[in-house]
Amino acid sequence: MKDLLSDAWFTAREFLQTFGASQLFLLRLLMLTPRALLRPGLIVQQVYATGAMSLVIIMVSGLFVGMVLGLQGVDTLSRFGSEEAVGTFAGLSLIKELGPVVTALLFAGRAGTALASEIGLMRATDQLSGMEMMAVDPIKRIVVPRFIGGVISMPLLASVFTAVGLFGAYCVAVIVMGVDKGEFWSQMQPNVDLVRDVLNGTLKSFVFGVAASMLAVFEGYNAIPTAEGVGRATTRTVVITSIVVLVLDFMITAFTL
Amino acid sequence: MFGFHRKASHAQAAPESENIVEIRGLWYSRGSKRIFEDVDIDIRRGDVTAIMGPSGTGKTTLLRLITGQLVPDRGTIVVDGKDISRLSRRQLYELRKDMGMLFQNGALLTDLNVFENVAFPLREHTDLPERLIRHIVLIKLHAVGLRGAWSLMPAELSGGMARRVALARAMAMDPSMLIYDEPFGGLDPISMGVIVRLVRRMNDALGISSIVVSHDVDEISAVADRSYLISDGHVAGYGTPTELEQNRNDVVRQFMTGMADGPVPFHYPGPDYSEQLLTRAGR
Repeated sequence: MKDLLSDAWFTAREFLQTFGASQLFLLRLLMLTPRALLRPGLIVQQVYATGAMSLVIIMVSGLFVGMVLGLQGVDTLSRFGSEEAVGTFAGLSLIKELGPVVTALLFAGRAGTALASEIGLMRATDQLSGMEMMAVDPIKRIVVPRFIGGVISMPLLASVFTAVGLFGAYCVAVIVMGVDKGEFWSQMQPNVDLVRDVLNGTLKSFVFGVAASMLAVFEGYNAIPTAEGVGRATTRTVVITSIVVLVLDFMITAFTL
Repeated sequence: MFGFHRKASHAQAAPESENIVEIRGLWYSRGSKRIFEDVDIDIRRGDVTAIMGPSGTGKTTLLRLITGQLVPDRGTIVVDGKDISRLSRRQLYELRKDMGMLFQNGALLTDLNVFENVAFPLREHTDLPERLIRHIVLIKLHAVGLRGAWSLMPAELSGGMARRVALARAMAMDPSMLIYDEPFGGLDPISMGVIVRLVRRMNDALGISSIVVSHDVDEISAVADRSYLISDGHVAGYGTPTELEQNRNDVVRQFMTGMADGPVPFHYPGPDYSEQLLTRAGR
């Protein structure tokens, strides 16, 4: 019993320490962000690396998620005789929930792991120490541009995911299942509100972008400089980001509904 | 040839002491393991000073302490007249602009080619026009014999070439002190000979001070003005290569002659050999 309590206390203390360190790290990133914006070239590179390079997985996933929504939407709504509402169903699902959340989960798997392993390997191969010895702060030069690049990329990727998802839903619902084309779009238009739905989804993807990018660079920067340490940091990035995104999703939804 | 854009602050500095690095009463531990115990070391300005010692004695740790990457538990480390553990982050970075360090593995930035690696500190710390940066980079690469390799990526370089590029990068800002961490390790004889000559040539041509951490006795004896031999947390020996060779201290003799056993044991401490073999678990 005593051992159990001791283990629980150790785990809780370690969690609080890591949580505190990550919040201080985030604070430092936010403080350094204005100066980093003065070097847009570095940020554009990272938007390309985290955003543009994730486009394929985002578009393919968005297409299939949208197609499934089309199938499920028509099947479910036809039971109530309102299958023409599938456009609204797919639009609201994608804009408010699936777009930001699935994009964030895919971002953690594609760009988050790339960020964590890249920075972790830079530490393991003394590249970060080398920078410090050249009087270049690796947080300013390496970490902050990657963080900002991730934060910018996430809402853009979520928008692409949503747009492609709607296209997928349209293809299945209208072309395959025979829902009226006009009904599909015309029901969506008045029922999707710009502020309540679109801005809410954008806010979510922005918050997820901050969380996913921060966790990826934090794990990479604090990785133990060995092959095992970098691997563990990469895994932790995906696991922690996924949990944090789902928790944040619930909190944002609860506060904004 | 090499020092044409040395910063003005060098010329305006206060009268320089004889030593560029002065370490007094250094204590440092990592966890429960004691690395240094009351160590005093002086690195003379303009010399090539070697830090030698068996593997695991803390040679690289000493370099990290000198460069402010680690903070001593006790004692002072004064670099170019400044107590390094009392400097703010900004002051430390200012001091580091005047140091160049060559890491064991080169530590080249793997996403930049050779040219951009050498140009990196210049782009970060100066507003020099692109044309001038190009000239400086080519001069530095020429000095290490790799001007023709400017477009290669680090993954395309051999170990020796990567270290030479890292040396060119370390010289890019014309530092007054160059620090080499195991520059000869794992190199073929030709690459090793090139690096040995470069260490000496750079020191003399640029009029700088050099600290070389190594356990390659022959190479270091060929290049160093003075050497410190560190063992078991203490300075076991100090002097010119000739003085070290004549030193009667057991640790120094064992190290200089490469004897397998002596004060520095061949075997890592453990239980009795026969007892361990006869136990059931075999551990």
